[in-house]
Amino acid sequence: MATQHSRSAARLMMAPAVVLLLGWMLVPLTMTLYFSFKNYLPLRGGDLGWAGFDNYVRFVSSSAFWPAVQTTLVIVGGVLLITVVLGILLAMLLDQPMWGQGVVRILVIAPFFVMPTVSALVWKNMFMDPVNGLFAHLWRFFGAEPVSWLSDASLSSIIMIVSWQWLPFATLILLTAIQSLDSEQLEAAEMDGAPALARFTNIILPHLGRAITIVILIQTIFLLSIFAEIFVTTGGAFGTRTLTYLIFQRVLESQNVGLGSAGGVYAIILANIVAIFLMRIVGKNLDA
Amino acid sequence: MARAVTTQRKAINTTLAWAIGLLIFFPILWTILTSFKTEAQAIANPPIFIGFDWTLENYSIVQERSNYMRFLWNSVIIAGGSTILGIIIAVPAAWSMAFVPSKRTKDILLWMLSTKMLPAVGVLYPIYLLFIQLGLLDSRIGLVIVMMLINLPIIVWMLYTYFREIPGEILEAARMDGASLREELLYVLTPMAIPGIASTILLNFILAWNEAFWTLNLTAVDAAPLTAFIASYSSPEGLFFAKLSAASTMAIAPILILGWFSQKQLVRGLTFGAVK
Repeated sequence: MATQHSRSAARLMMAPAVVLLLGWMLVPLTMTLYFSFKNYLPLRGGDLGWAGFDNYVRFVSSSAFWPAVQTTLVIVGGVLLITVVLGILLAMLLDQPMWGQGVVRILVIAPFFVMPTVSALVWKNMFMDPVNGLFAHLWRFFGAEPVSWLSDASLSSIIMIVSWQWLPFATLILLTAIQSLDSEQLEAAEMDGAPALARFTNIILPHLGRAITIVILIQTIFLLSIFAEIFVTTGGAFGTRTLTYLIFQRVLESQNVGLGSAGGVYAIILANIVAIFLMRIVGKNLDA
Repeated sequence: MARAVTTQRKAINTTLAWAIGLLIFFPILWTILTSFKTEAQAIANPPIFIGFDWTLENYSIVQERSNYMRFLWNSVIIAGGSTILGIIIAVPAAWSMAFVPSKRTKDILLWMLSTKMLPAVGVLYPIYLLFIQLGLLDSRIGLVIVMMLINLPIIVWMLYTYFREIPGEILEAARMDGASLREELLYVLTPMAIPGIASTILLNFILAWNEAFWTLNLTAVDAAPLTAFIASYSSPEGLFFAKLSAASTMAIAPILILGWFSQKQLVRGLTFGAVK
C-alpha cells in the first residue's frame, strides 16, 4: 500500500528527471519555433524581423528540398529492407543448433559497437577507395575497372555502410523474438509434414510480426537522423544530402537560421508521425 | 521430445553461420590487422592478410602526432560523466515509478520516451546558441550535460523495467519490519537492483561513447572526443590507411569488449522493454 507520505516522496524523486527533460524539450523547441518565423541571419545582419510563414514556404520550394526528401526515403527504405530481410534470415540461422554459437553471435553483433565515424571512414578508405581500397583490388583481380563508390554509386554505398551498422540490431532483436517461439509448435508442424516454407510463412513470420514492427519503427527514427556517416564520407555531395543534412547545412554552414529552423520543425513533425506508432506499441506493452 | 538433430545438419549450420559471421566481422578484423602494417603493406595489391612485418609504429605515431590520449580522456569523461549523472537522476525517478505508481506513471514514461524521438537537427541551432551564450561550446561539461539529457529517457526506461521485476512484497515486508525509506533503499532494493543498474550503466556508456551528432557539432579542439578525432581523418594527406586503422582500433577496442558483456541488455534497452 502506498501511503500519502510515500506518494509525495515519490513525486519528489521523480521531479529532477521530469524537470530536466521538460526543459530539454521545451526550451530548444520554443526557440526553434521562434526562429522559424524570423528572418535570422547571424552573419549577415542578424535579426531582420518577422517572416511569417515565408521560411516554411521557402524551405519546401527550394530546389534542394525534394531531392533531399527522395534521398532520405531511399536511404531509410533501403537500409530497412536490407536489415529486416537479412536480419530475419540471420536470426533463423543463429537459432539453429551449431558449434560455437556464442562466438558467431559476437561476430555478428560487433559492428553495432563501432562508432559511426570509424565505420564510415574505414569503409570509405579501406574498402571503397577507388585506387587502394580492397574492392578496387578485387575488381582488378577479376579484370574489371574499379568503381569510385562514393561518387558514382554514392547512395548504394551509404546504404551499404549504414546497413552494416544496423544489421546487428535487427538480427539481435529478431533472434530474441524467435527464441521465445514455442518450439513444440514447430515440431508438430514438421511432423505433420508442413514444408519449410509453409512453416516459415504460417508460424515464424506471424510470431515475428511485432518484433519486425518494432525494429522498423526504432530504426526509422534513428535512420532519419543519420549524420556522421554522410558528414565524413561525402559531406552531402553526390546526391547524398538527406533532410537532416540539408537542415544542418542551412543552420551551421550557411547560417540561415530562420530557414533551417523551419526545416527543423518539418523534421520534428516527420519524426513524431513515426514516433506515435512506436509509442502505441510500447504503451500497450506497459499494460501487459 | 527434443528435436533430433543430425550431426550433418549441425555441421552445415555451423559452417554457414561461421562464414557469414566472419564476413560481417571482416571490416573490423581488417582494420585491426592493418593497424599493425606499414603504410606500404596496408595498400599492397594483392592484399596481405597475416604474412606481413608486424609493427607497433602506427600506434606511437598516432599518439605522438595528435595527442591521442587527450581525445581518449575526453571520451571517457563525456561518456562516463553523463552516465553517472544520468543514473543519479534516474534511479529515484525509476524507483518511484516502479514501486509507487500513480495513474499518470504510464503517461510520464511515454512522454519521456517521446523526448528521445526529437530529431537532434531540429534543435541544433538553439542548443548551439545556448552553448555560445553560456560559454559551454567546446567544453566537456557542456557535452556531459547534453549527453546525459539525450540518454536520460533510456536510462529511466531501462531501470524502470528492471525495478518492476523486483517483487513489491519484499519491500512491503521490509516496511512491516520497520525499515525506513532510506534503509529500504539501501539494504533491500539496492542489492537486488545492482545487476539492472550495472547493465544500464554499460549500455549508456556505449551509446554516449559512440554518439556522433552533438560531439561533432559542439566540439572543436578542447573537448573533442574520439568520434571527432576520427572524423578529422576524413581529409587526409598522403598515405594513412595504417594510421587510420591504428586510431580506429584504439577508439573501438574498449567498446567492443564492453559490448560483448552487454548483448542481452542491448535488446531490452533499445526496444524500451518492448522485446525481452
